[in-house]
Amino acid sequence: MNFGERIPAIYGWGSYIPIYRIKLDDIAKAWGEDPVVVKKGLEVEEISVKGPDEDQVTIAINAAWNALKRAPEVNPKDIGAIYVGSESKPYAVKPTATIVAAAIGAPVTIRAADYEFACKAGTEALISVIAQVASGMIKYGLAIGADTSQSWPGDVLEYTASAGGSAFIIGPKSNSSVAYFEAQYSVATDTPDFWRRDEIKYPRHMGRFTGEPAYFKHITLAAKELMEREGFKPSDFDYFIPHQPNGTFPIRVALKLGFKIEQVKPGLLSPLVGNFYSGSSLTGLSRVLDIAKPGQRILLVSYGSGAGADAFSIVTQEAIEEKKKLAPTVDYYVNRKKYIDYATYLRFSNKIYGL
Amino acid sequence: MSMRGEVAVIGVGMTKFGEHWDKQLRDLFVEAALEAIEDAQVDLRDIKAMFIGNMGSGLWVEQEHLGPLLADYLGIPGTPSLKIESACASSGMAFRLGVISVAVGLYDIVLVGGVEKTSDVTHGESIHHLASVADREWEAFYGMTLPALFALIAKRHMKQYGTTREQLAKVAVKNHKHGSYNPKAQFQRPISIEDVLNSPLVADPLRLLDCSPISDGAAVAIIARSDIARKFTDTPVYVLGSGVATDTIALHDRDDITTFKSIVLAAREAYKMAKVEPKDINVAEVHDSFTIAEILAYEDLGFVKKGEGGKLIDEGVTELGGKIPVNTSGGLKARGHSPGATGIAQIVEIVLQLRNDAGKRQVSNAEIGLTQNIGGSGASCVIHIFGNKR
Repeated sequence: MNFGERIPAIYGWGSYIPIYRIKLDDIAKAWGEDPVVVKKGLEVEEISVKGPDEDQVTIAINAAWNALKRAPEVNPKDIGAIYVGSESKPYAVKPTATIVAAAIGAPVTIRAADYEFACKAGTEALISVIAQVASGMIKYGLAIGADTSQSWPGDVLEYTASAGGSAFIIGPKSNSSVAYFEAQYSVATDTPDFWRRDEIKYPRHMGRFTGEPAYFKHITLAAKELMEREGFKPSDFDYFIPHQPNGTFPIRVALKLGFKIEQVKPGLLSPLVGNFYSGSSLTGLSRVLDIAKPGQRILLVSYGSGAGADAFSIVTQEAIEEKKKLAPTVDYYVNRKKYIDYATYLRFSNKIYGL
Repeated sequence: MSMRGEVAVIGVGMTKFGEHWDKQLRDLFVEAALEAIEDAQVDLRDIKAMFIGNMGSGLWVEQEHLGPLLADYLGIPGTPSLKIESACASSGMAFRLGVISVAVGLYDIVLVGGVEKTSDVTHGESIHHLASVADREWEAFYGMTLPALFALIAKRHMKQYGTTREQLAKVAVKNHKHGSYNPKAQFQRPISIEDVLNSPLVADPLRLLDCSPISDGAAVAIIARSDIARKFTDTPVYVLGSGVATDTIALHDRDDITTFKSIVLAAREAYKMAKVEPKDINVAEVHDSFTIAEILAYEDLGFVKKGEGGKLIDEGVTELGGKIPVNTSGGLKARGHSPGATGIAQIVEIVLQLRNDAGKRQVSNAEIGLTQNIGGSGASCVIHIFGNKR
């Protein structure tokens, strides 16, 4: 893939995960399920929960601030576009992107919008920014994937749907960028595996149909498309980061594509904190950037129900080393935690309301 | 009149059972039908009628009128074709009606098939649809599902005859082992007794691995008058016996829930017509929708005395290599259970066995085979006995 003279690159990356956690044992107990069976099936131990004063917007802003800390050479006034991907916006109509813009001090002369494509809305936001940087429409742009993931009480999704997100400052490749984009390919089909209808609070899904014909098919198609078109094989990548709806699917899809478990583990967050929906694979990328060495190649493949997948090949640069320490790492947030019980979880995640 | 030996199976075909997300009911049927037609070496125009077993196309895919639909999609509109429903025994019943139509001289060559497409709905909806084979007013309405009904039967059998939890598990272990030799089986992985005992509880004492899946699939057999069968194949498999019976629809109306009267009555008719006894059966496919159902089948088919089914599995009699290998295909448990297609899938397996075409799971010197297919909790049953000699 030829981006032309202006190769899009990451200048700063940052994430945010709320402090609260609930153990799967406590959710299973509330619903009379066997926690051993539940955890064995999902390979997830606990999930992050938004605090009572948090929402998708505060998560997006905190992630954006952290990304800016790692891009000190980027003046927020030079940001020309902000796009936010999510499926849990607090406003159905009114963009999160403009609230983020105000919070980080972006100029009024920006493009701003929110994206929706289930769990791949965040990477759609990223593609828009990449394209505008490559075309010269903007110098810098900000792409965010963040969610306070929704789930029906008692549904299997409740064991994985969690809160968190990541942000990326994108600009033309230079000596101060930390990683550049080599290639980007996407796939999309009309596949009704998971959806949320208008005015309905929680999403519905089609059980096992969300597996083979949905997640596995689309991630495999997008990853293969990128590798075949660019002449790569799995061993050319140091890291493989697929979307992470639970702890088992990412490993299975990686092995199916010919990757080794060591290539997936560094970017695999779902066993520790659950599924951030639009922020899931992007926070996996953020965690890999926290530890990657210069000159390493990363394959990121998001998945969005409905359905589609976005694949990115990313190569890290020298400047990554000095920027790692400029903001809290993903693992800082993973390890910073306070446990709550199921009743508190219901209150914090707005599943019950008091007076 | 006796139909013994009047009709032969000249070709069989089936899809793999499992989750066919990318195929519709009609696609599954046509795939199986074309395989059977090729196997039988008949021309499409030779098929004079179609009998299609299907349990719940109206529920699962909201499509009725399967007779014309499937004849149309097979490329032979105009052919007499209709759907037969008897719950999970639908295609076993369709086979019987097809055999009768040939035996009485109405048609020379008939296609009998079964098909079900279940994966387009959620699991909850599937369980609800399946419960329609029980008594909706007096069982399903009060929350009784098929697993719950069979759990009651298992509990009673355990109490009355000392059948153990481990013996039930051994049925699943055996059938998964057999399924590992069958490329058309939904589950081709062996499991252990511990796997069964540690699998999630569904309805006490039945666990997940005691229960057959609800699968997509289709199976088809081409049958012909025996006197013309050798024009098409060197290895016709003859229908020696056929039996059908019913029982009360609700479990609570039966005197004894540790026996399925429908199996006993249908078996009596089939054995008499075939002029064979249980000891003459070399290989059998029985309806193991739940592990307890296979234990019941051993007893009600007369392979052992009532109450001794558990002993039979302990002694390995029904394993490949045993005296009467049962469910060499993997059974409903491992081959999969596509309610409308299961009856013919059982027949496909017995035909392959009697033709010596069963590959790694071949029973040596098999000459007489039996299929036993029940609907619901045994309210209907259809049994066929086959031989490779007339």
